[in-house]
Amino acid sequence: MKELIAIPLLALILILQTAIISNTPLLGGYADLMLVALSAWALQDDVETSWHWAIFGGILVGWVSALPWYIPLIGYLFTVVLARFMVKRIWQAPILAIFVLVFLGTLTTHFLSIAVLRLSGSPLSIADALSTVTLPSLFINLFLALPAYPIFRDLAVWVYDIEDVQ
Amino acid sequence: MKSSFSRSLQTTIIFLVVGGILALALGGYFSPTSDVLGTSLISAQTWVSNRFLTIRDFFNAPSDIVSLQQRNGQLEAEVSGLQTQVIQLQQQLTDTQVLAALVDFSQTNPESIYKAASVIGRDPSPFLHYIIINSGSSDGLRRGMPVVTNQGLIGRIDAVVANAARVQLITDPASAVNVRLQNADTDAVLVGSTTGDLNLEMISQDVDVQEGDVVLTSGLGGNYPPDLLVGQLFNLRTRDYELFQQASVQSAVDFSRLEIVLVIMNFNPIDIAPLTPEEIP
Repeated sequence: MKELIAIPLLALILILQTAIISNTPLLGGYADLMLVALSAWALQDDVETSWHWAIFGGILVGWVSALPWYIPLIGYLFTVVLARFMVKRIWQAPILAIFVLVFLGTLTTHFLSIAVLRLSGSPLSIADALSTVTLPSLFINLFLALPAYPIFRDLAVWVYDIEDVQ
Repeated sequence: MKSSFSRSLQTTIIFLVVGGILALALGGYFSPTSDVLGTSLISAQTWVSNRFLTIRDFFNAPSDIVSLQQRNGQLEAEVSGLQTQVIQLQQQLTDTQVLAALVDFSQTNPESIYKAASVIGRDPSPFLHYIIINSGSSDGLRRGMPVVTNQGLIGRIDAVVANAARVQLITDPASAVNVRLQNADTDAVLVGSTTGDLNLEMISQDVDVQEGDVVLTSGLGGNYPPDLLVGQLFNLRTRDYELFQQASVQSAVDFSRLEIVLVIMNFNPIDIAPLTPEEIP
């Protein structure tokens, strides 16, 4: 039953993203709070609902954004796939894992966005997009990843009543 | 008998001596001595009094500190409340100034019907330049309606739900607005970019345009009404080997600080897609 916390939590993350994060850019980029949250959640080894979170978060962002709805969905699902793959291999270094995950997740989502926008006819300059949007976004996402992991660790401990040994 | 007489004599002598001393003192004969004595007494009195007051303060201090702390807490709470009021009033003043400017704008452009809306968010994707406003289809908003501020055009409605709408800004890379240069009386296309800069394209080479020319919507294409202010032309780039001149446009609107916008309600965008000739296979 506690898993249902995902619904208000992801909705809150979306509100924070659109109302605050999107208004505080670094150059042309800003953080993807949903991606960071999903990465931190999916890296918790006891978590079983990361797929549901990714689908719900992707649909929420796809609904609000003018991007095609499937881009955030695919980006977040890919991030969760990567997280579940990594959690069994480098679980002993969670900070390293979340950095790698957020880095790859951000790049994937951005490359996907650029490709789809270009294919749909938007005259997006790839050089500008990478230098003024992707790089600053990457920096902010990595910065936010650091506190995100312990916060979602605590959430996982609360949701699954697990014994926190860290 | 003898002893009682001697005791009375003794008492009488003591009284006389004391009375004599008092009489001499009152007469001023002992003033140097009394001054020294008085000074010493006063010094001693002062010392004792100060020590007493210090000790009394020491023992009474805790109750005073508690009361002072309570008073200090009350005052800090009061100051905090007043600061909050000041911030709220400053925000109200800013909102009022923005609304007053918008009212002025709507009064000077009475041909349009406006609906004011607050900006409540931006698109989660940093590649897109869209804002979210707090009015939707229940307020009569429809897709394609132009959105302005008192400083000029900002975009048009891209999607609508019951109580909110998403507005594509003219700075969005996918945005293209047909405009005309007021002084040169020529048409061009205004496009956005990832960085949020506005660029003018398709300016004919044989047209003499100057930096500072005012850019207005032309109304061509049916997406925007004509004569909405867009900005001023600057940074003109003319190259002989290119088909068209290019320029940048400086908008008076600060797109990063949009708070309240006006939706033009009585403009129906025209869909010219059916009129576009189809490709012949």
